[in-house]
Amino acid sequence: MSWDISKMGDWKAEDFPRGAVIPDAGNSRDYVTGGWRSQRPCRDDAKCTQCLLCWIYCPDSAVDVEDEKVTNFNLEHCKGCGVCANQCPSDAITMVPEGCELPEVK
Amino acid sequence: MPTQKTLAVTGNVLVAEAMRQCAPDVMAAYPITPQTTIVEEFAKFVANGRVHTEYVTVESEHSAMSSCVGASAAGARVMTATSSQGLALMWEELFIAAGMRLPIVMANANRALSAPINIHCDHSDIMGARDTGWIILFAENAQEAYDNTIMAVRIAEHPDVMLPVMTTLDGFITTHSIDRAEIMDDDTVKEFVGEYVPEYALLDTDHPVSHGNFAGLGGPYFEFKRSQRNAIDRSAEVIRDVADEWTAICGRPFGMVEGWGMEDAEIAIVAIGSTAGNVRAVARELRAQGVRVGVLKVRCFRPFPFADVADALAGCKAVAVLDRAESFGAEGGPLFLEVRSALYDRTERPAIVNYIYGLGGSDVKLDLLRRVYSDLSDVADGAQVPGRLVYLGAR
Ligand code: SF4
Ligand code: SF4
Repeated sequence: MSWDISKMGDWKAEDFPRGAVIPDAGNSRDYVTGGWRSQRPCRDDAKCTQCLLCWIYCPDSAVDVEDEKVTNFNLEHCKGCGVCANQCPSDAITMVPEGCELPEVK
Repeated sequence: MPTQKTLAVTGNVLVAEAMRQCAPDVMAAYPITPQTTIVEEFAKFVANGRVHTEYVTVESEHSAMSSCVGASAAGARVMTATSSQGLALMWEELFIAAGMRLPIVMANANRALSAPINIHCDHSDIMGARDTGWIILFAENAQEAYDNTIMAVRIAEHPDVMLPVMTTLDGFITTHSIDRAEIMDDDTVKEFVGEYVPEYALLDTDHPVSHGNFAGLGGPYFEFKRSQRNAIDRSAEVIRDVADEWTAICGRPFGMVEGWGMEDAEIAIVAIGSTAGNVRAVARELRAQGVRVGVLKVRCFRPFPFADVADALAGCKAVAVLDRAESFGAEGGPLFLEVRSALYDRTERPAIVNYIYGLGGSDVKLDLLRRVYSDLSDVADGAQVPGRLVYLGAR
């Protein structure tokens, strides 16, 4: 089943599933939690050894990995907590304030 | 073929029997006087294999209701019981159970709240929970407590309702006194309550759902509260229907309000719980002397039966509302506020007086009730009401 919430903004009280239940699974990725981030992680590919510790530690599963290599941070869900930057053994991640001139996120 | 047996039994034992007959999947409970014997009896039923309920012995009422919420969200039929400070400790989960629309059934042994410490009957605990979103039924005696418990399961689980229900009985007076009551046979109750088929169950892994979600920051919290209001409004009709069905089986009538002598009463007392019986005893005496007195017992407090109350009282000259709970700083006790509000829209309205009585189990002697009727007779004859709020019998 796929729960269609595209018209949720127009729903009346009785259109919502009873008791605020979400009647479907696997949809937390639709819930964008990156909105309150005040700083974002920036990874230096030259320093990164691809140990994947950031991927393991990220509490929001916001480190994207392909073929066992970190490719990106998912900024729709990254909350900017800095856990990845703290854990990185190679100091490859810098936290950069939001709203400033930003380096491109790799 | 429904078969009933007459028993001499306490209210608590009978409530435990009703719960056994409704066969909840889970009971999470913590003992507290004067509710303890309900969960104690029920624990015995579990230990003796007379009911197959997962009985969770928790460390507090906060945990009891939390466990009930979890079990109900998982898809189980859930029951529990509490009283007084225990109900107060459940405060936050009471709102959660109602907001998550979980059909939990809980018995409450009505008891005073501290301080000072007091373990006896009044309605401070239950009245404090009146705005939590639960349906609230009151019992005058053990028999009503039994019937309410069985009906509560059907009311709570009805698809138009899906709200938790509290069935209350007066601490010690009803919980511990031996009363004459009839108990239905197990099979009839089993068939009457049926099997609970939850729509959203966490344990139904073929239809995964998540419970307890967030609806803030401009989300539809407001709309969820509105649908909760719609559900408790709809429940009035469901309560009547379920009660009619149960009455057809057991022969005992149920009314959201139950009147005695109200057809031509000039003065009337509105009461709730066990005191209604005492008031009726005095009313019978006065009727025999030719005084046109009536008694109106309110059996369902949430949803409050405004129209029934107003219809019954509008023709009276003077009405007294007996409150066994305070609402400090308010115009009167909780029942008074509802009754007076129910009468506001009527053009013909009786004079109305509020009596606070019996707090902390203080005795409700018949003489006190005679005094209330005598005050009402004076008011009906044009005397001033005896005060905005009277502490009946307090020194
Ligand atoms: S800053 Fe926090 S949320 Fe964002 S990628 Fe790093 S660990 Fe994950
Ligand atoms: S923890 Fe640091 S070194 Fe390891 S993969 Fe992440 S960024 Fe690269």
